[in-house]
Amino acid sequence: MSKLHVSTVVNGDPVEFLADPAMTLLDVLRDELNLTGSKEGCGSGDCGACSVIVDDRLVCSCLMLAAEAEGRRVATIEGLAQGGQLHPLQQKFLEHAALQCGFCTPGLLMASKALLDVNPDPTETEVRYWLAGNLCRCTGYDKVVRAVMDAAAELRQERV
Amino acid sequence: MSQLQYLAPSTIDDAVLALAASGARALSGGTDLLVQLRAGRMAPGAIVDLKRIEGISGIRQEGGAFIIGAATSGAVIGEHAALCRAWPGVVEAVNLIGSTQVQGRATMAGNLCNASPAADSVPALIAARAVCIIAGPGGRREAPVEDIVTAPGRTSLAQGEFIVAFRLPPRPARSSDAYLRLIPRTEMDIAVAGAGVSLTLDAEGRVSEAYVALGAVAPTALLVADAGAALVGGRLDEDSLSRLDAAARAACRPISDKRGTIEYRTKIAGVLARRAAQAAYQRASDQA
Amino acid sequence: MSDVLDKPAGSPALKIVGSRPIRPDGADKVTGRAAFGADFNMPGQLVGRVLRSPHAHARIVSIDTRKARALPGVKAVITGADFPDVASEMHDGGESASNLRDLAMNVMARTKALYNGHAVAAVAAVSAAVAEAALALIEVTYEVLPHVIDVEAAMAPDAPVLHPHMFTEGLDAKPTTPSNIAKRNRLGRGDPDQAFAEADVVFEGRYTTQAVHQGYIEPHACVASWAEDGQCEVWSSSQGQFMVRTYCAKVLGLETSSIRVTPAEIGGGFGGKTTVYLEPLALALSRQSGHPVKMVMTRDEVFRATGPTSGAVILVKFGARSDGTIIAADVELKCQAGAFAGSPVGAASMTALACYDIANFSITGWDVVTNSPKVAAYRAPGAPIAAFGVESALDDLAHKLEMDPIALREKNAVRDGVKAAYGPKFTNIGFLETLAAIRDSDHYSAPLGRNQGRGVAAGFWFNVGGESTAAVHVGEDGSVAVVTGSPDIGGSRASMAMMAAETLEIPLDRVRPRIADTASIGFSMLTGGSRTTFATGMAVVQAAEKVVADLKRRAALIWEVAEDQVDWAGGAAHCLDPGKDVGPLTLGDIAAKAATTGGPITAQVSLNAQGAGPGFGVHVCDVEVDPETGHVTVLRYTAAQDVGKAIHPAYVEGQVQGGVAQGVGWALNEEYIFDGEGRMENAGFLDYRVPVASDLPMIDAILVEVANPRHPFGAKGVGEVPIVPPLAAVANAVRGAIGVRMTDLPLSPPKIRAVLDARDG
Repeated sequence: MSKLHVSTVVNGDPVEFLADPAMTLLDVLRDELNLTGSKEGCGSGDCGACSVIVDDRLVCSCLMLAAEAEGRRVATIEGLAQGGQLHPLQQKFLEHAALQCGFCTPGLLMASKALLDVNPDPTETEVRYWLAGNLCRCTGYDKVVRAVMDAAAELRQERV
Repeated sequence: MSQLQYLAPSTIDDAVLALAASGARALSGGTDLLVQLRAGRMAPGAIVDLKRIEGISGIRQEGGAFIIGAATSGAVIGEHAALCRAWPGVVEAVNLIGSTQVQGRATMAGNLCNASPAADSVPALIAARAVCIIAGPGGRREAPVEDIVTAPGRTSLAQGEFIVAFRLPPRPARSSDAYLRLIPRTEMDIAVAGAGVSLTLDAEGRVSEAYVALGAVAPTALLVADAGAALVGGRLDEDSLSRLDAAARAACRPISDKRGTIEYRTKIAGVLARRAAQAAYQRASDQA
Repeated sequence: MSDVLDKPAGSPALKIVGSRPIRPDGADKVTGRAAFGADFNMPGQLVGRVLRSPHAHARIVSIDTRKARALPGVKAVITGADFPDVASEMHDGGESASNLRDLAMNVMARTKALYNGHAVAAVAAVSAAVAEAALALIEVTYEVLPHVIDVEAAMAPDAPVLHPHMFTEGLDAKPTTPSNIAKRNRLGRGDPDQAFAEADVVFEGRYTTQAVHQGYIEPHACVASWAEDGQCEVWSSSQGQFMVRTYCAKVLGLETSSIRVTPAEIGGGFGGKTTVYLEPLALALSRQSGHPVKMVMTRDEVFRATGPTSGAVILVKFGARSDGTIIAADVELKCQAGAFAGSPVGAASMTALACYDIANFSITGWDVVTNSPKVAAYRAPGAPIAAFGVESALDDLAHKLEMDPIALREKNAVRDGVKAAYGPKFTNIGFLETLAAIRDSDHYSAPLGRNQGRGVAAGFWFNVGGESTAAVHVGEDGSVAVVTGSPDIGGSRASMAMMAAETLEIPLDRVRPRIADTASIGFSMLTGGSRTTFATGMAVVQAAEKVVADLKRRAALIWEVAEDQVDWAGGAAHCLDPGKDVGPLTLGDIAAKAATTGGPITAQVSLNAQGAGPGFGVHVCDVEVDPETGHVTVLRYTAAQDVGKAIHPAYVEGQVQGGVAQGVGWALNEEYIFDGEGRMENAGFLDYRVPVASDLPMIDAILVEVANPRHPFGAKGVGEVPIVPPLAAVANAVRGAIGVRMTDLPLSPPKIRAVLDARDG
């Protein structure tokens, strides 16, 4: 069982790692790169807690082999805040109390980021369906949806 | 312990060679494969990642037909405006596979070759008369989508064969399609039943050609000729819809399991066939 | 310290309590910094894995671990033989009591596997792959026994018996044969038989629910280290680090002082993390291997071996006068306990009629062991089950009486001075106010469309107090650390900091709340029973008050005046002595002089808080039913709840909204599905269908504030009440939409379509 050498870019920085062929991207992020912000809630793509953005696409990092990351750009929760400033989504999650235990929050934030990247003015229904792959058992989603829509509004404002 | 190999060939020939080895499995989006690997339901010797093959992802038009590369993700398919206009049913079926996250990876080829009776894209592709372009040790061949899955978890693909692309045929005027499924939630579930309908209208708004395919109601997705025939010649009046409903139900050979009973699946197949026919009809009419 | 404060609740000039500041642990939670159970590692740690029974009921004839031990990289293999026998002893965990012997046998099977998923062996190895390979090499010989999971089947005289030494407790005469019925409990008042005979209207119903899981997104996880000197460290995600310490000590035969448990952030618990599964195994593996051991469950293991709450049968009978006065009630509850005694049927019985003032009633509860995972507490344990039956029956009674469902409830509602069905006399309760809030809401009178229906239901939970410790430490710069022993499962750090800041009269950002390990703070019961803001909050406030008293004493010392000449206001001491020309001394000023005024400024309070205010909720739900598919869409949901005083209203609303979402899932789609062999068929989030974002509408929370005078700021527990009404609220709404009563949860599409087909012939 020989390990594969993988070169990738994580949160803007070039990163190389060795991975067992069966390792998922999530395994490598958490266990090799110590980026434990991405969580494993199910290991089968049903909860979204491991959501990351790979080459501008939202994916479950538990459903991607680490080896597949070769030459890709990976964005994780650890890279969302920039220069000591929370991203507007992070700020709005806090202002709206859109988290309780916080375990699903990194995944929800990355999914929301991916949404606002392609749809700066989503309706409530669009937010809900986009986030349907991110289970949250604490909040009932109400405040999460409000936070995402408020962050979208703020980001639109910033662009003006 | 796993002696798993990961291979990422860059040409079709290399991929055929890699997949010809015993115990090799094709990896496309991986949204089914990785779940099965983790659950220990399979222990392949090698995983052959097809996504690095040049030209295997992407959508192009060829004389009115759409050629969709096998590794094209659902998200990319959903963003293709011309495809969405021509084949809204196929696109909505593909986009129903899993979450946004899964859409970022999942492919029609994977959805088909996973060979689940409940795969969402398959009834829509069958109703669309889609054809698979297959590469293998014997060269290239083509096969209609309904010929690929032979039983749950089994396909007609030979060792070393894999799907390179799908071809959706040229679309006559006043044609459209639709796919609907029933799930207990609003997202994230496997279809309890699904129905794809593709039809073409004549200048008077009568159905001139119709195909109806059902999912999750038999070991494989079904092309139901009687159901399509029930629509032809009419304008989706109550009588033809009733015959469609009855033909759809008559074709069902479902099982009872944790996701649905025989009785319920059968009833719902009729309901969904009717609703999908109405949606496709409306879309086709709107083009006129 | 007094356990009960007599300070008038809701003092007029609250500056911080009642506001909505950003939570103190917020940045960590939105950046991925927060370390949950699986995010912690120790140098040299091994990976632990559990071998679980594939049978629902089997005698363990033998376990041969030799091949597993021989596998290179395997460092430890344990079975039931590696654990001491634990005597039968009840331990009160705060929300529910556990028998320690059963707990020990649940953690690791001894002679029998009692459910599919029951741990029978565990290994520690250098990698997950080696550990999993080792599991496959453990040879267990089982003698498969007949199994039983359905609660009524388990009560039948010919049912397979799980525990040959279990004889039903609570019967009039001690039974002579063993059975699966662990206990019968009864509550009653008056003469129900006579009252039923006198009733103008009698309504009777039978209701059933399936086992459901708490469904926290974070799987159980821990790291444990057993050092050569016998000192143990455990890092784990749980609702109580002291609970983990106690249970590990009991299961392994250790002294509590030799175990230090550090609480990780907890990724949801809802009652399901009020017990241990992995921690004793990890410690035993660490002892045998000489290395720290990390264990993380898979989602499959979480479903098959932890949680759930009971599937149940509820029988309800009401007798009423034609004016709506309920004069008689009879409730019978049969609850699955899983593999060991201890279903929440006791709480279900006590809460069943707690909302209503009924002169004659009888309640009977049955605690029944079954070949399924031992149930764990789940948010208001038992109450949603009882309320599903009672509130569904009330809805039908209202139809029969042609009364508005809220009017019927108002007619019979408990109020101050009424003796609760479960015993004590109610004071300072807000049930009528909560009913009125829904009655007067826009929602309640909004029009409904075709195939739509509206349902109302009420719910009750006791809320508890209990033992808590809090410490307040003032730093030399005047900033403050508030330390408690209560894990924060939903934002309680925020409320602790707010109550401390309010009491000290300093800005919130000068207070940092921390949650300490078991060696760094006094004992605290686990976070559960909706007790933390009430009980631990009370300890925080009292500790802060001690600090204020100390600060005033020090100011007096500095100013050389009598202590009664010092006032504390606005975060500073003010000299009242007109003879002294001195300005105020801020907390920072006094802290800077701590060394010369008596040393460090700190106070710790340990208490056993009494007087938690019971909580009431009233919910209204609109649904639309697709008549062809039976699919239910929740269109609108409003939940009113008496919360006493909302310390941080946004997180109180969040508790309400989250409870509603869980209840809606329970009502519509969640259930344990077992195959004929007793194996759970849907042990994953794909087919165990918790609500997703697109399943739900916004959930309007109306906070009714009827202050609890026994809390410094009037708080009542809020976390559990909101899961109680939704099961019946949804079922009543479905009844409104289709005109047929559904009595068997979940109200999944196939069931509704079948009912519609029957209705329409």
